[in-house]
Amino acid sequence: MALKWQDFKTDVFIDWCPGCGNYGILAALQMALAELAIEPHRVVLVSGIGCSGKISHFVKANGVHVLHGRTLPFAQGIKIANPDLEVIAIGGDGDGLGIGMGHLVNAGRRNIDITYLIHDNGVYGLTKGQASPTLKLGLKVKAIPRPNINEAVNPLIIALAAGYTFVARSYAYDTKHLKEIIKQAIRHKGLALVDILQPCPTYNDINTKEWYAGEDRIDPKTGKPAPRLYKLEGTGYDPVVHDLSEDFNKKLAAMEKAREWGDKIPIGVFYKNELIPTFRERITQRIPFYMKNPPAKQKIYDDEGSPITDVYVFFKELKVT
Amino acid sequence: MMDKGFNWMAGGPQGSGVDTAANIFGRACGYGGLYVYGRREYHSNIKGLHSYFHLRILSSEVSANVNDVDMLAAFDAETVVRHISEIVPKGGIIVDQNQLDIKILEIPTLPPEFKLIFQDFLKENGIGDRLADLLEYARNKGIYVFEVPYIELLKQIASKLGIEKLSKITQIINVLTIGISFGLLRYNIGLVKKAVKDIFGEKPKIVEMNLFTLEIAYEYAKDNFSKDFNDRIPIGTVNEERIFLSGNQAVAIGKVLGGCRVQTYYPITPAADESEYIEAHEILPTKIPGVEAGVVVLQTEDEIAAINMASGAALTGARASTSTSGPGFSLMVEGLSWAGNNEVPVVITYYQRGAPSTGLPTRHGQDDLRFAIHAGHGEFPRIVLASGDIRECFYDAVNAFNYAERFQLPVIHLIDKALANSSQTFPVFDVSKVKIHRGEILDEKMLGGIEYKRFAFTESGISPRVLLGTKNGVHWYTGDEHNEYGHISEEPHNRTRMIEKRMKKLEAVEREVPISEKINFLGEQNAKNMIVSWGSPKGAIVEALNELSREGYSLGFLQVRMVHPLPREHVKEILERAERIIDVELNYSGQLGGIITEKTGVSMDFQIVKYNGRPMTTTEVYNALKLVLEGKAPKRQVLTYGA
Repeated sequence: MALKWQDFKTDVFIDWCPGCGNYGILAALQMALAELAIEPHRVVLVSGIGCSGKISHFVKANGVHVLHGRTLPFAQGIKIANPDLEVIAIGGDGDGLGIGMGHLVNAGRRNIDITYLIHDNGVYGLTKGQASPTLKLGLKVKAIPRPNINEAVNPLIIALAAGYTFVARSYAYDTKHLKEIIKQAIRHKGLALVDILQPCPTYNDINTKEWYAGEDRIDPKTGKPAPRLYKLEGTGYDPVVHDLSEDFNKKLAAMEKAREWGDKIPIGVFYKNELIPTFRERITQRIPFYMKNPPAKQKIYDDEGSPITDVYVFFKELKVT
Repeated sequence: MMDKGFNWMAGGPQGSGVDTAANIFGRACGYGGLYVYGRREYHSNIKGLHSYFHLRILSSEVSANVNDVDMLAAFDAETVVRHISEIVPKGGIIVDQNQLDIKILEIPTLPPEFKLIFQDFLKENGIGDRLADLLEYARNKGIYVFEVPYIELLKQIASKLGIEKLSKITQIINVLTIGISFGLLRYNIGLVKKAVKDIFGEKPKIVEMNLFTLEIAYEYAKDNFSKDFNDRIPIGTVNEERIFLSGNQAVAIGKVLGGCRVQTYYPITPAADESEYIEAHEILPTKIPGVEAGVVVLQTEDEIAAINMASGAALTGARASTSTSGPGFSLMVEGLSWAGNNEVPVVITYYQRGAPSTGLPTRHGQDDLRFAIHAGHGEFPRIVLASGDIRECFYDAVNAFNYAERFQLPVIHLIDKALANSSQTFPVFDVSKVKIHRGEILDEKMLGGIEYKRFAFTESGISPRVLLGTKNGVHWYTGDEHNEYGHISEEPHNRTRMIEKRMKKLEAVEREVPISEKINFLGEQNAKNMIVSWGSPKGAIVEALNELSREGYSLGFLQVRMVHPLPREHVKEILERAERIIDVELNYSGQLGGIITEKTGVSMDFQIVKYNGRPMTTTEVYNALKLVLEGKAPKRQVLTYGA
């Protein structure tokens, strides 16, 4: 049965600010799920804390709205126990790159087959506008009393260094592009991170929709704004690792691209490598029946309600008679 | 008279094979039909600091040490110094002849605060400054000293085996002292050889070297020491299958029996051994041919990830748990609160050790009862189980999962280091009565056509569960307060009902879990004197109680196993019958006693506590109880035994 994006809509009132980039992300996600035709009961959205964290309640698919910074541990636990589920972790930049940074880095080491979407708007919205880890040094967005004294982190470079095998960036207001990137991320075999640039109309008065659109820089020739964002697709940039021998250079190239900011900001897929064993493959190396009979699906008791596990084998090892 | 059995202690620097020695010794005794209880003590250190194993050997089951050491196998001089005062008259010390001239106070690994005390001890007893002087003092107290030329024997072994460098076999001093010990005991060497083979089974060269060493040492003892200990070791009988295992192992086996299929952990003492043991057995044998089972063990980046990964796994229907100690549990607290709010059946095995902070990472304590019961912001239901011995660790590990799923709440299984790292002989655990109870789970068919509400209001407070991934059963969770669907709700009337719904589940726990799984009672029903305790002191208390009952005292023992929710009516009723209530705990404040008073209004008349980082022994519990019974005890006695 073909699915429509409306099949992924709940009746829960959406309480984001008017003009919030989250609306675009929500729409792109619903469209991506519909186009990939993943049945809602097979999807688990694990969302963090902050404005973005509420997204799981607006999507008609299983939603696990967790603790601040902990989307990835929950998501990994779910995926490992039941690898048949399509697990998508979603959180803000403060959630993932601030309080949850340790998990972000360590998830990379596992290359587990889930998708991680980061709403990246440079501020903590729900607590009223403090600087997030992606706000550049020296910027003073409107609600902070003094300019930001911390250097910003670059989520793409961190993801590349940590071992993510799909690293991309998109933009909340380019729903079509974002939808395609999300689809690719979901389809990717391995751990995918999508950094989603997103204006916060309420608290980030610097990286606004107009700023991304370049409305402050009118091209004298055309009289039109020169947008800051450009798409990697069509520039000849090839993010795909075709052979492990080119991995290192591809990563370096992706990092180089990820450093571009200011007048030219690339969006698209920076890096993609499906040659690294996923966590499921690593577990299957040890537990051969893992995919057929993962933890969530194992029968643990018999018809009498007695345990299936035969612990006598353990006792035999420990026997002293 | 209490049967103290034979008490053997092996000690040496960490990394010198003390554990292996104890394991060989314990197994060899097991093969001879004897029961063993062994306590492992070690520093938070990899190599060099003092560690020891204190084994008690009896012809019947035993779960505690006594203060005595009948034979000390000292790998080094420090072991003699540290344990000299524990050796009983007519006991023996096996010591390296080459170390006799060592100046005691110059042993570099002895800490200054120890030296200060020991210096006074030497002075008071007029003992000189060399190890030989201390041994002379021991001889005067009737202790037999067996001086053995360790190095010469090692040289002999090396040359026979064609090993050139002596440094390659100094590691074998542990087996050398075992050979001497069993030689002195005139114990059946065949049984010791069997133990060596079992332990080093897969490494034939090592087996050969150890067997050879064993024989040389055994013969050396027989040939050189006319004094023997032949009559010291009890005679055992074997008429059943027995196992020798630690609390860590008992929990691990209990978990996989109980259906644990995802275990997460971050390395911490004394919990990590459990996870590693499970991981080593990740593919599980099953009773039904063709049915496959396996556990995924995940070492996470921290305990925050450990608890939350386990909760995530639990939402899919896998039985999931994590194991930790105090510092790790501290990090898990926010995740515990989420699990409580979202009614997640997750199990946390909590191995207490000396606290606060890093505290005594490798030592004993029951400091965290109140923490386990109260941890987490907000009010939410949980169960806290506290096992009293290694056998209970096993069955409670199964119970924990059953309770977690039946009542849909986090279960904390409290254990302490005295159970985790001690090893004991048991008849093979009976699993014939073990059952799995998963609570109400709705599947695809049951869900057809209905609108599923994960947190539906029900009479019992328990809402039927749907596992993530079930067709027709899309649902939501959130750490925010939520409505029946699991969507965020801040409405006051919903909030009231939701809190009540969750808390009500504790009433179901009180109603439905049989009292036999919540408390144990021993001794006289209407005893005048009632002991109350929980966790590892059980072993010492039971033995002391039996002895004092034989002496004619009226004594009962209430062991609380489900410490939360406290079965308060039963506890109250039992305690109110008594004239004197004696609270025995391995902490400073008597935490369980305080909780009982809070919940029942019954106050503790006497306190016997210990907080020196060492577990309670039968000897000291017996002595302290006797003072109470004789009316000579102060309200509070603080026990201090242990090296």
